[in-house]
Amino acid sequence: MVYYFKTYNHNQYKKLNIMSGNMNINLKVWRQKNGKSQGKLVDYKVENVSPDMSFLEMFDVLNDRLINEGKDEPIAFDHDCREGICGSCSMYINGRPHGPNQGVTTCQLHMRSFKDNDTIVVEPWRSAAFPVIKDLATNRSAFDRIIASGGFISINTGNAQDANNLPIAKDNADDSFAAAACIGCGACVAACKNSSAMLFVSAKVSQLALLPQGAPERATRVLNMVAQMDAEGFGSCTNTGACEAECPKQISLTNIARLNREYYKAQLFSNEG
Amino acid sequence: MSKIDSKIPAGDLETKWTKYKSSVPLVNPSNKRNLEIVVVGSGLAGSSAATSLAELGYKVKVFCFQDSPRRAHSIAAQGGINAAKNYQNDGDSVYRLFYDTIKGGDYRAREANVHRLAEVSSNIIDQAVASGVPFAREYGGLLSNRSFGGTQVQRTFYAAGQTGQQLLLGAYSGLQRQIGLGNVQMFARHEMLEVVNIDGKCRGIIARDLVSGKLERHFGHAVLLCTGGYGNVFYLSTNAMACNVTAAWKAHKKGAYFANPCYTQIHPTCIPVSGDHQSKLTLMSESLRNDGRIWVPKRKEDAEAIRNGKLNPNDLKEEDRDYYLERRYPAFGNLVPRDVASRAAKERCDAGFGVNKTGEAVYLDFAFNMKYKYGKQVATLKHITNPTEAQLTEFGHEVIKEKYGNLFDMYKQITGVNPYENPMMIYPAVHYTMGGLWVDYNLMTTVPGLYALGEANFSDHGANRLGASALMQGLADGYFVIPYTIGAYLANEISVKSISTDHEAFVEAEKNVQSTIEKLFAVKGTKPVDFFHKRLGKIIWDNCGMARNVEGLTKAISEIKALREEFWNDVRVTGEANDFNPELEKAGRVADFIELGELMCKDALERNESCGGHFREDHQTEEGEALRDDENFKNVSAWEFKEIGNWDLHQEELVYENIKIAQRSYK
Ligand SMILES: Cc1cc2nc3c(=O)[nH]c(=O)nc-3n(C[C@H](O)[C@H](O)[C@H](O)COP(=O)(O)OP(=O)(O)OC[C@H]3O[C@@H](n4cnc5c(N)ncnc54)[C@H](O)[C@@H]3O)c2cc1C
Ligand code: SF4
Ligand code: FES
Repeated sequence: MVYYFKTYNHNQYKKLNIMSGNMNINLKVWRQKNGKSQGKLVDYKVENVSPDMSFLEMFDVLNDRLINEGKDEPIAFDHDCREGICGSCSMYINGRPHGPNQGVTTCQLHMRSFKDNDTIVVEPWRSAAFPVIKDLATNRSAFDRIIASGGFISINTGNAQDANNLPIAKDNADDSFAAAACIGCGACVAACKNSSAMLFVSAKVSQLALLPQGAPERATRVLNMVAQMDAEGFGSCTNTGACEAECPKQISLTNIARLNREYYKAQLFSNEG
Repeated sequence: MSKIDSKIPAGDLETKWTKYKSSVPLVNPSNKRNLEIVVVGSGLAGSSAATSLAELGYKVKVFCFQDSPRRAHSIAAQGGINAAKNYQNDGDSVYRLFYDTIKGGDYRAREANVHRLAEVSSNIIDQAVASGVPFAREYGGLLSNRSFGGTQVQRTFYAAGQTGQQLLLGAYSGLQRQIGLGNVQMFARHEMLEVVNIDGKCRGIIARDLVSGKLERHFGHAVLLCTGGYGNVFYLSTNAMACNVTAAWKAHKKGAYFANPCYTQIHPTCIPVSGDHQSKLTLMSESLRNDGRIWVPKRKEDAEAIRNGKLNPNDLKEEDRDYYLERRYPAFGNLVPRDVASRAAKERCDAGFGVNKTGEAVYLDFAFNMKYKYGKQVATLKHITNPTEAQLTEFGHEVIKEKYGNLFDMYKQITGVNPYENPMMIYPAVHYTMGGLWVDYNLMTTVPGLYALGEANFSDHGANRLGASALMQGLADGYFVIPYTIGAYLANEISVKSISTDHEAFVEAEKNVQSTIEKLFAVKGTKPVDFFHKRLGKIIWDNCGMARNVEGLTKAISEIKALREEFWNDVRVTGEANDFNPELEKAGRVADFIELGELMCKDALERNESCGGHFREDHQTEEGEALRDDENFKNVSAWEFKEIGNWDLHQEELVYENIKIAQRSYK
């Protein structure tokens, strides 16, 4: 058997047939210098867009051009993993968080979901609890504070028993996992006319309520997390279901129902106590 | 060349850690409250370390550049985490995990560190489950396992294809609890840009508030860098966009040796490059190799017909396919370690058998196992004795979906092709860096008081990391190693009062950071930062990627030097310093990547052997396998920074007392 090892032939950046495409896209992008200044929509035309590009790669191309032209600063937006898992990206595209496709984040949206000459309006998440930092980047630290108020199991390192001493029915484990899939992106808040964070909070409450490890703190957890959610200025839930429809991880509304049950039970007990 | 001291405790391998743990000096609780620890990074290593140290009573500050600690790159890990639990009763043990890891690393890792890692692996799973991590389970309610490459047991725990997410969210919730209790102060959207040394000890950092752009000084009796790997030096990699080497590199320039920079891992199963606009590459988890079979056509004509769209791979007969891993490595088959699988894919593509337009892709095919493994199983369960092919496909589809659903969805979103109906196309891509800051057994770098944990250090994976071992290492370092080993240093620091950040060392360090930022803006060149990053990536991929040779590496070093000149003369950084400015962040990171790139090539050039991911074309067996030179290179290369482009090499000899080193074979 002969084995081939050529040198220098391997070139990641070889010119490819599908390198650039022929779509033209008209963008209207929200530009805002910082939290204190007023923002506005600005028009940009992006040419030769390939359908294989991701939505954020189109922004990369536009930003490269803006830097080259030297007139406008590049557009600021949050992103990191570009695989739909870190929850950083957060664009409000044509009036929908994360754009037109169900069950995907902005970074997973590809230009093949649009047509030549489409006009696309891109804005940041809109919620008093998520103030704009710059352009499309917002401050979502309220979510971290909600978790800090109770979204955990109080166990110190080194205190755990053998993992298999605690069998958990597969269905419960699976449901818990489905709730735990939340990436903390905030699309549910952005989708909701009341800016409610119920889907996010309920996902964490459910994950832990469905596991025996979470049981001892069930009541305090839900009470504290809901109190923190209210303190952060998120609105109340009126069951419109917009959050579930726009959630990139398809977190289910049944979690909100579970949160409500947990909450009433906890209140009942704390009132009795 | 001088020798360096790894501080490995004496004694038997099996009892070393236990004995050391019980004899390491302790800090009493009232003193802990006066000791401050700076943790840079909130991934698995950083979150678990910060949480555990805060629980012990230390005052902890945590920094990350994302907007929330929950978004650290660990979140993206897919396939799983190893532990020597032997829940499957298939012969696993601490020794076997230890042995597999040393062998997988091609005999270039420390025995003592790796054994400790294997010892604590079980505790990690216990800890994760106790903190609410919803791992996959069997119907009986017990934890489920799967196989990863380079092993013959099932020891990998997982949560669908989102294991990193679930583990990180578990560690993050512990961290948030400590933040809520006031034991940890969190600084998100902050980037560390310098370490501060005072009288030979690390005493803090300079960080930039990424929103306001202001520079801040933070004191710590000790500083822990948990800042991840440097795979993005290649520009295209499976790492998140912002992963970078800056924290480690600044530490390196302040006295921390950098070990084995040329050991990088190219992962065999990633989605191939689709075009020039590509900003990153996407991993298809190694777990897919449990059920996916890798092949290319046997005949070149068929490969060409496939590339031209004239032949559908589903129509190619079984006997016309070359399952080259099963052919070359019958014992491990599709589950050979990553370096071996990647080279084999490159070999077939270089030989003209690639299956996509660029000729740089091979198939990962699930059809066989979908039908005949899972389809049959389900049919049997349903008491269907003579299932049709269509039924088998339908039943198998459901099982595959449960196991790998999110990965299949991701593949479809990115490529537009349905992998349930067509074989996936994959190609190797940069994924992980085994090299990193040199640390001793206590995880301390060569700067007293400065530690490195997780992917940022070099410690446990030798020249090639086995799948599902990075999550294990990050959590081992943070939960179970550093809380003990840091005592060896801090027990002598209890009388040190916190040092004012007005100290001249802090002032000086801040001035340096400030002047670097000003220098970047002052260039006012013509090319965006990405332009330089892409060029650097191409130089390194071509010359210091899957195959390396003397001529290429020598050329690469001079090209990188020239690129550095060009960067500092022609980069254009837009915006302002005192503002939220992602371009400025990138510019600083790319400047450091360029310096690192040179050291990687230098290290690859000096290491005149092949081992693990470091494949030198001039050192291979007749069968194209890596050829080690144990006589001259059974050591760790630790580089000391002198000035830009100039380093001194130190070596740590590796001693194997418990494992007989041999040529690595997976045949
Ligand atoms: C796509 C993918 C899949 C993977 N799958 C697996 C798997 O299945 N199993 C497995 O074992 N391993 C896997 N790995 C590897 C594994 O995920 C990583 O090695 C591991 O998560 C690294 O953890 P860490 O804590 O060391 O660093 P990271 O998680 O990378 O965290 C680094 C942290 O440091 C911070 N930071 C860095 N620099 C600075 C700075 N200058 N200032 C402030 N903060 C800074 C960042 O903000 C971040 O919080 C995978 C890797 C990739 C890319
Ligand atoms: S519930 Fe869904 S939309 Fe809301 S934060 Fe979680 S993943 Fe995002
Ligand atoms: S960038 Fe991570 S989810 Fe989109």
